[in-house]
Amino acid sequence: MEKRPFEGINVLDFTWAGVGPMAVNYLANYGATVVKIENFSRPDMTRTNPPYKDGIPGLNRSIYFAWINPAKKLDITLNLNHPRGVEVARRLTRWADIVVENFTPGTLEKWGLGYDDLKRIKEDVIMLRSCGYGQTGPISGQPSLGFHLTSISGMNSFTGWPDRPPTELPGAFTDPIVALFAATCLVAALAYRRRTGKGQCMDLSQVEASVHFLAPLILDYSANKRNPERAGNRAPFAAPHGVYRCQGDDRWCAITVTTDEEWKSLCRVARKPEWTDSPMFSTFLKRKENEDELDRLIEGWTQERTAEEAMRSLQAAGVPAGVVSNAQDLDEDPQLNHYEFNRELDHPEMGKCRFYHGPAFTLSEAAYELSPPPLLGESTEYVCTQLLGMPDEEFVQLMQEGAFD
Amino acid sequence: MKSPVLAEGAAERTEGMLSGYRILDLTNERGPICAKILGDLGADVIKVEKPGGDPARTIGPFYHDVPHPEKSLFWLAYNTSKRGITLDIETLDGRAIFRRLVEKSDIVVESFDPGYMDKLGLGYGALSCVNPRIILTSITGFGQTGPYHDFKAPDWVVWALSGVLFILGDPDRPPLAPGFPLSYLFGGMQAAVGTMIALYHKEVTGHGQSVDVSAQMAASIMSQPEVQGVWDIEKRITHRLGRTRERPGTMVRTPLLWQCKDGDVSFIIMLGASTTRSNALLAEWIEADGVRSETFRKIDWQTLGWDEMTQDLAGEVIGVISRFFMRHTKAELFQGCIERGISLCPLLTPKDLLEFEQLVARSYWVVLQHPEPGMTITYPGGFLKSTGTVCEVRRPPLIGEHNEEIYAGELGLSVKELSALRQSKII
Repeated sequence: MEKRPFEGINVLDFTWAGVGPMAVNYLANYGATVVKIENFSRPDMTRTNPPYKDGIPGLNRSIYFAWINPAKKLDITLNLNHPRGVEVARRLTRWADIVVENFTPGTLEKWGLGYDDLKRIKEDVIMLRSCGYGQTGPISGQPSLGFHLTSISGMNSFTGWPDRPPTELPGAFTDPIVALFAATCLVAALAYRRRTGKGQCMDLSQVEASVHFLAPLILDYSANKRNPERAGNRAPFAAPHGVYRCQGDDRWCAITVTTDEEWKSLCRVARKPEWTDSPMFSTFLKRKENEDELDRLIEGWTQERTAEEAMRSLQAAGVPAGVVSNAQDLDEDPQLNHYEFNRELDHPEMGKCRFYHGPAFTLSEAAYELSPPPLLGESTEYVCTQLLGMPDEEFVQLMQEGAFD
Repeated sequence: MKSPVLAEGAAERTEGMLSGYRILDLTNERGPICAKILGDLGADVIKVEKPGGDPARTIGPFYHDVPHPEKSLFWLAYNTSKRGITLDIETLDGRAIFRRLVEKSDIVVESFDPGYMDKLGLGYGALSCVNPRIILTSITGFGQTGPYHDFKAPDWVVWALSGVLFILGDPDRPPLAPGFPLSYLFGGMQAAVGTMIALYHKEVTGHGQSVDVSAQMAASIMSQPEVQGVWDIEKRITHRLGRTRERPGTMVRTPLLWQCKDGDVSFIIMLGASTTRSNALLAEWIEADGVRSETFRKIDWQTLGWDEMTQDLAGEVIGVISRFFMRHTKAELFQGCIERGISLCPLLTPKDLLEFEQLVARSYWVVLQHPEPGMTITYPGGFLKSTGTVCEVRRPPLIGEHNEEIYAGELGLSVKELSALRQSKII
């Protein structure tokens, strides 16, 4: 059987919240061994985020934490304010190929675990430090939350109705984005070390990564001194374009037509040949000019059918259309299910849940294997005695001294 | 044309992590960010465009609003750090040349409709015969197979089917577009991760593989535990909340975005031990600023929990904070909150970002000179800073800018051959 991509790679994971854990998933679920450091008095913050399974709070019952961490991570609690706890972290550094963290800058240094410290233990260690603003600069020491980072990285500046203030992109929008940048860097660093024998310390600012998503808007300001305008659902290059109400409550079909050919096909599907050559709609410019009336007519058609019927009949005729999917639609989506995008995992406390997912890509020669999210501190003994080879007496002594509190 | 201008500060460290790897980038408007990111990390990326240029070069906005294929700001933004050649892979000669390039490459990234590359005899099977180590990354709306694989997949359709469109916008209005096409950015970044994993795996196994990327799946990940998680355990559908958030359990709504004097800020009302102090400091600041409310003043931030935070009480608190924010600018609120340890961020526009002290201090912005006189544009710079390697942004290529370098210089085509290929529009 062929080796999995990261078999034999060891990861010391200090990360918490969204970015770090999501990035580490790509390594864990393709074969790396990951040790996740937590702490009983300060567990990973997402463990205390509702919603909880059955509405019952618990450090191992948060859907948030579970959704972010469907991976085999050997979870150990370490008291890093205790010198013996730090000692264990240092021993783990010797074991690790990669060390990942997303604390506020200075935190690891305070514990004697900064890059210079780690490099003395392991010359070729690969370290990734991903915080909101970066390791240097006037506000580098500021804590940051994904929800707020979305605003400060410009990601909330271009969404909204023209007659209202900007609307947010949902959730901690930048977290999954930056996780992808982080994962790319981690694997690139592994490849680089394999080629050169060298490690490095990588400083990934979440704002600096996220801004690349809106790079054209930056260039537009630089070149044309123009900030984005909020345009609701209108698109300059398409008509009809928008969401159209369908049968049922809050059901919509998104449709976009950019060519005359697609327009003809839409008219055929709607059985309205008179629309095709109508003086109001026969060309793109005319459709744009009469867009309000156009939208009204299209919606007259979509309201008589379900969103699925509208999508299927239009797509069958080569017209771009898609159901505006809600959570139930996603669960039942035949395309997502074809790729087994949502996977069911059985968890000791939460039982079977099906909201876990893999990546958005499929490798032809390597399988992504999910694992149930780790229970807090469930592998402390295993990591110490099996991974680090500590004799039982030493482990017990450390425990008594408070190294794992 | 020689190498474009390097970013500032690239002096000491000479190479990127991916130096030495070669990538052929066939993407159009779908997914060019994938090879850009890998190119910024030092890979030798060759953008392969149809003669006349990648159709994505017709996408605005444009430099000085002149719709010209060398002035598409959309195209320029996502095609940094690449060299550029033209090649018509639909011709037999074009395909033969492409296969020669594949022999010397590590990765091919493409975003044609499923089946297009196979039809040309350039699918994974064919390419791996030419080079067993080749990795083929394919970015599409829905993936290579499955019931929707041959759907028309512009960004709008993919975004709708990803679930994120449904939860975007205000409760009293239809679902709202994000105002910028994001589906294939997510797809492109997922492609970058998948490509890197395949690349590393190749070093382990000695051979390549294919990477099948779905932009629908990539965008769907954005719909977060609040959508998928809530459906799975409660069979409840999460709806649009506009600028607000809903507290799970009590369902009390509080804003996330708030208007202020010159724009908007991002702030969440939080309760509990970790925010007692910052809430108290905020209350103090509000009081000192002259914004009064009996209800607000009586709140004991140490003891108030979500159980007592009714929608009515929340309404009172929201009113006070709103009035306070409206009296101050983004900058004042950000500075004041930093001083008090209160978690708040200003909603920055591109203009604000270009002036943002934190980015300026870190030399993040890069000014790139383009060949046309006077065409100088500021780009986001390298997304990574590393002690050992360089991540830098290099000027995007003109159409066919590196044809000579690659075709004559590397493949050894003669002047006569090049001329013939040009005349028959193969390159």
